[in-house]
Amino acid sequence: MDVLQLVVSGLANGCVYGLIALGFVLIYKATEAVNFAQGDFMMLGAYVCLGLTNEQFLGLPFWFSVPVAILIMGAFGYLLDATVVRRMFGQPQVAVIILTIAIGFVLRFVAGLIWGHQPVSLESPIAGRDVRFGGVVLGLDEVAVIIVTVLLTVLLYFYFNRTRLGIAMQASSQNQLAAYYMGIPVKRLNSLIWALAGAVAAVAGILFAAKGSIEPSIGLLGIKAFAAAVIGGFGSLPGALLGGIIIGLIEPFSSRYLAAGFSHIVPYLLLFLILVVRPHGILAQVHSKKV
Amino acid sequence: MRTVFKTSYDADIDLFRHSAQAGWYVLLTVIAVALPWLVNTFWLGEATNMLIWAIAGMGLMLLVGQTGQASLGHAAFLAVGCYANVLLQQRLGLPFILSFPLCGLIAGIAGVLVAIPTARLHGIYLAIATLAIGILIDDLIVVAEPLTGGVMGLFAPDISIFGLTINRYGNPWLLYWLVLFVTVLVVLAYRNIQRTPLGRSFAAIRDSEVSAKAMGVNVAKTKAVSFGLSAAITGLAGALMGHFAGIFNNETFNIIISIQLLLMIVIGGLGSIHGAFFGAMVVAVLPQAIAISRDLVTGALGMGSVAIPGMEAAIFGIILMVFILFEPMGIYGRWLKIRTYFELFPFYRRDMFRRQRSYLKTERMR
Amino acid sequence: MTALLELDHVTLRFGGVTAVDDVSFTVEEGEVFALVGPNGAGKSTVFNLVSRFYDPAAGDIRFMGESILKRPPHDIARLGIARTFQNIELFEQATVLQNLLVGRHRHRGTWLLNEVLFTPFVRNEERRHRAAVEKVIEFLDLQPYREKYIAGLPYGVRKVVEMGRALALEPKLLLLDEPASGLSVEETQDVAFWIEDIKKQMGITVLMVEHDMHLVATVSDRVLALADGKMLALGTPREVQGHPAVVEAYIGAHAKSKVMA
Repeated sequence: MDVLQLVVSGLANGCVYGLIALGFVLIYKATEAVNFAQGDFMMLGAYVCLGLTNEQFLGLPFWFSVPVAILIMGAFGYLLDATVVRRMFGQPQVAVIILTIAIGFVLRFVAGLIWGHQPVSLESPIAGRDVRFGGVVLGLDEVAVIIVTVLLTVLLYFYFNRTRLGIAMQASSQNQLAAYYMGIPVKRLNSLIWALAGAVAAVAGILFAAKGSIEPSIGLLGIKAFAAAVIGGFGSLPGALLGGIIIGLIEPFSSRYLAAGFSHIVPYLLLFLILVVRPHGILAQVHSKKV
Repeated sequence: MRTVFKTSYDADIDLFRHSAQAGWYVLLTVIAVALPWLVNTFWLGEATNMLIWAIAGMGLMLLVGQTGQASLGHAAFLAVGCYANVLLQQRLGLPFILSFPLCGLIAGIAGVLVAIPTARLHGIYLAIATLAIGILIDDLIVVAEPLTGGVMGLFAPDISIFGLTINRYGNPWLLYWLVLFVTVLVVLAYRNIQRTPLGRSFAAIRDSEVSAKAMGVNVAKTKAVSFGLSAAITGLAGALMGHFAGIFNNETFNIIISIQLLLMIVIGGLGSIHGAFFGAMVVAVLPQAIAISRDLVTGALGMGSVAIPGMEAAIFGIILMVFILFEPMGIYGRWLKIRTYFELFPFYRRDMFRRQRSYLKTERMR
Repeated sequence: MTALLELDHVTLRFGGVTAVDDVSFTVEEGEVFALVGPNGAGKSTVFNLVSRFYDPAAGDIRFMGESILKRPPHDIARLGIARTFQNIELFEQATVLQNLLVGRHRHRGTWLLNEVLFTPFVRNEERRHRAAVEKVIEFLDLQPYREKYIAGLPYGVRKVVEMGRALALEPKLLLLDEPASGLSVEETQDVAFWIEDIKKQMGITVLMVEHDMHLVATVSDRVLALADGKMLALGTPREVQGHPAVVEAYIGAHAKSKVMA
């Protein structure tokens, strides 16, 4: 039973990491940009929902705030790309990484400014409730996280492989010029991708906030999610989720069974190992340059 | 541009393009040496801090700007240098004059050790690997508590050279001159690297690994050398940082510091020594500038002084965003453009410094 | 004349595609040898095999009698083989002079420690390299471009710099990958003269990939035609140009009768 609790809570955490990692991979697959602020997007999504729901701010009903928060974050992602990131079109990859790191700093500050630096909890109807079956007691919030994540991943998979828009996004990710020639509005698509990543981050944030309290620095979870994306395979959507789950599961077990302080290290050790042995991750998608 | 009439190959090899340029730098050095007589103790401390960051910046610049290898975890080498230096003095009783270069060597070896498994990684993957190293070192310092003092940290002893005791509050002048001396040595070493086959092979790896290989550059080994040198210089900066701060722990060298170091050299201007110094100036001056302007604002508006956490990082982030968007060549780049504008007036063209943009995925891969 | 470079039944596969299929030829010392063939014939792949960027699935490659298949790519320059690249792989953020100096890397007599200290020995070595590079600059008329950054140079000049960088190596064998592609008629004539001088004055053996059949006919001693990775014809330029299999590969079977040998 004990082990099952660990597994479920590890899975739930892993799903949050996986969702953030999903956001990374979405943007990377489409635009080759690495959005180091993805974790802070998650944080912002959580805070926007909290700002709409909690009594001390706007006090709107929970089930209303959730889609609104997702929409707001989607719009935020779109605008961020359209106004700022788009100017980096054609510049080396490092420039965008640095830009998004800087954006992350600013977001963290703004969130603290608006909603304060004290930890707050999202007043959601699923917090603190339990679900029982077969004599097993699990947190409803944790189960909800897992279910939502699975649904979202399946949805995204179908979107990219079956819809015209999704395939267009894949095309523009492989050769921007050729996509232009085919009449694909590459820049607008890129902004849509950022919107999608923002929305996914919002979902991750809301789920995370439903599990516990939040504060502006939770965006730094993004680093762990980043490791997850790499472990799973940085060009692969299911890989991102897989990586997140792996890390989510490793954490509680290593903190239970290894000496203190080591549980922190394990995800990054694993990351380093993967980079050295199989840099493109578990579900790899490899490209090389022709000279 | 001023036309330099060259009469021997030495004109291409020398440190300075012409005597006027040498003159400016001599003047700069004289002012730097005379600084303790020109400013008060507080600003001297700030200058010392700036120089230490400049050394760290040069270390990272060698790797990122010259060799084109990303590193998001360079604070790890600051930590290695700092802890090694203090531990060599405290545990082994070595004098500063031995522990200082040794800590550089140890940090250099750490750099080579990092380079070996990561030699095949490029771009984003190398950045992530170095990020992981940065985080790992932070945790390792805590785990190795008996040696490193863990979260409680260590005290840095006073520096003792030839019977003189140097510390930040006892005699800031001597500390400043010591740091200045190390800075000048590092600058000279960097310049020497730039004008010899070693530096050229670094730049070759940055611009085209494939043809570097075809020209006979052993890419894996040269990357390791670059990492090693970069880590060694950064390690020396870390040791000085430890003495300057007086006390340090794992938080002093966390991942945010690594990122700040990288952002700093981007703001300063990637690829040049000047960039490290300009970036260091921003980092050193920023907290003071914020404090002063906050006092001005709150004084003018009559409000009580408000300390907002994270503001420094946010302003740093905004400055960086402005530079990345509008002046990717950094402060030094903007300075070059302004100088060229006046030198060529009225024939200056904006596109002279335009960077090539690449739109194909295959072009961006190295 | 001794065989400088030998490819011995070399085969290379990329996944399902056979890029080079049982190719064998010898390049004699002092000659100019051309590889021709339609796009995708495997010509640049042969270069990349010699540069050791790829490992052949079968066969051997020998330089001066010894197999090079065990050597890493950066050893090839030390053996005396220099190359240019089809898509120009110059160092964009460096000047022409710095690019050419990297070509001297093979002759580096200094190492980390004395370079950082910049001892007088290092200064002398730098002067020596600078003088050697100046000879290449004179040969290729690159004087106006010495201090220019590659990023701002026109395509034609870049191709010349690429060749210069390879020459700075003082190679025994020079691999030129489409030296005339993208060049105007005058620039191509310059290339022809340079290749002749390289062969006659510098005594360097040249192996080149080229599409410009006029240039090939002017400068080459022998030509090998490839198509789909397989060898079609080997001989003098005239023999190869008139060879029926070559004509078919380039133009098609129906036009065979219309081609003048």
